[in-house]
Amino acid sequence: MSHKTHPSRSNMNKTWTKYLLWFAQEHVDFRFAEIKSLISLFNIQMKFLRKPKDEPFWIVEFPSETEVKLLASRSVSLRNCIELWAYAPNMQKLHEELKQYPKCLMHPYLQAEKSFKIEVETFCKHFSQKQKVDKLETFSYLPMEGPVDLRNPDVTFQYVEYYGIVPHNPPEEPYEVFFGRWVASGLRQMIKKLSLKTRKFIGNTSMDPQLSLLMANQAKVTDGSLVLDPFVGSGSLLVAAAQFGGYVWGTDIDYLMLHGRTRPTRIRQKIRELDESVRANMKQYNMEHRYMDVLVNDFATPFWREDFRFDALITDPPYGIREATERVGTKKEGYEVKAEHLPTHIPAKIEYGISNIYKDLLRFAARHLRIGGRLVCWFPVFREDYTESVLPQHPCLHLVSNSEQTLSKVTSRRLLTFEKAREPTKDELDEHEVDIMDFREKYFVIREETRKERRLKQAKVREEDRLKHLNKQSL
Amino acid sequence: MKLLTHNMLTSKCMKGVSVGYPLSIKALDIRTVEVEFNPEFVAKMIPKIDWAVLCSAAESLGKTELPKEVIDNYENDQDFLKKVHHILLEVDVIDGELVCPETGRKFPINNGIPNMLLNEDEIYL
Repeated sequence: MSHKTHPSRSNMNKTWTKYLLWFAQEHVDFRFAEIKSLISLFNIQMKFLRKPKDEPFWIVEFPSETEVKLLASRSVSLRNCIELWAYAPNMQKLHEELKQYPKCLMHPYLQAEKSFKIEVETFCKHFSQKQKVDKLETFSYLPMEGPVDLRNPDVTFQYVEYYGIVPHNPPEEPYEVFFGRWVASGLRQMIKKLSLKTRKFIGNTSMDPQLSLLMANQAKVTDGSLVLDPFVGSGSLLVAAAQFGGYVWGTDIDYLMLHGRTRPTRIRQKIRELDESVRANMKQYNMEHRYMDVLVNDFATPFWREDFRFDALITDPPYGIREATERVGTKKEGYEVKAEHLPTHIPAKIEYGISNIYKDLLRFAARHLRIGGRLVCWFPVFREDYTESVLPQHPCLHLVSNSEQTLSKVTSRRLLTFEKAREPTKDELDEHEVDIMDFREKYFVIREETRKERRLKQAKVREEDRLKHLNKQSL
Repeated sequence: MKLLTHNMLTSKCMKGVSVGYPLSIKALDIRTVEVEFNPEFVAKMIPKIDWAVLCSAAESLGKTELPKEVIDNYENDQDFLKKVHHILLEVDVIDGELVCPETGRKFPINNGIPNMLLNEDEIYL
């Protein structure tokens, strides 16, 4: 007779397995947010064996290998996942640890019919092939029965030495060493596959593939998700979303951009090709079936049916620095387009200030996301002014993560992930004040100041030199 | 422009328009592009779609294969889902216009991309 045990009970009885998660040491502030999103997307459990820091190695536990593989199947930050057999502060202790690893757990991977290889990896310090082979030789006590196969082994073991994250000056001895069985790799190769260098249609502010994929993960895009980018540009965020199964729409106020008629972005290209478009990008990556439509549309006047709900909104709104912040409008009172001008009239644009863009964006998300759906967007900030209170907010949206990418000494942008918690009330849809400082205004003021300061400093140095020179002469 | 997108569009944001739905389609060039069939996706979209609007939009493009009502138990009817898939995702209006039902305002579609830009005097500021 079979009976079901309570899930938490059965987990308590089962032993979890230790894994080493090895991350790429890039966009470190995004790592935790990505893993958190994926864990929630797949509804999997993970335990930290120690608190994660800025280091590229996490030691964690999962109920089984299935969970690790799921996580790796979507993570852009992850390089490798290794079933951790031993870890220690130095090699000698590692060998002692490894000899304690239960034989019954080792055995399935050391059998005669399993070909294998052992890789020696060192983080932040270079070693010659000879030195690596010497390190490898120290594992000769492992009772492997199968043949070595360097090309296509059944089992890959990794020995990893960690020398810290400060380049150019690694310590003599590693801080920590790890040994285990390789289980899965993350999606680092996809960054290359979606590279902007080889993409058909790009714009001046196309998002790089790594950050685009991270955004799609933050948005928990999955097979069949309905995804919209309301400031779509050349569609790089949609490429990433479609890669993970999203069905994608985009809107943009820029007619020439959507029709691939802006000036070419590539320096060697004189004119754009006839078929450059968001759709052409989807075709390039065999995802045309996930391309829904793009519309020329001012985000201030959206045309979506009120009851249409998206699963995810992912977007990089214009900040007014590298691309204009514009909406249709005029300051003239009682302005009308004359009938004879209608067919060729191009509407005038007025400034669409950052605070209004984010106000509209959050209100749009509150209306058009399904409950549990996510808005993932960039938000520019001045680092010295930053506190969480400067971020846009809405009573129906919870901020679930907030990661920083530094842009310059004074500026950075933050990737904000909001989740819709409930439907808005009528009042919340009509008007909701968001008070956000205008990034653009201050951006140019600060640059002006630093330029002025630099001039003053240079003048001061010249004056000092002149005085020194005079003094010398008088001596 | 696909008929799925058309089903989700309204001109309600225009000054003086109260419903703005559905927009009518005047098509000059329609293309059929075969795309991968994902029955789960189509089944997921059916409850979100205004069925009557989809049928009449399809009819205005000369496509009459859809039944007037959504059939029962459609999730398991591959033939039905395929038909809906074709109408929603494979019929593409390349050139033509969308027309606001209340004001008669025309929104041109070129290269498959509808231009929903409004003029300064058509919006609430």
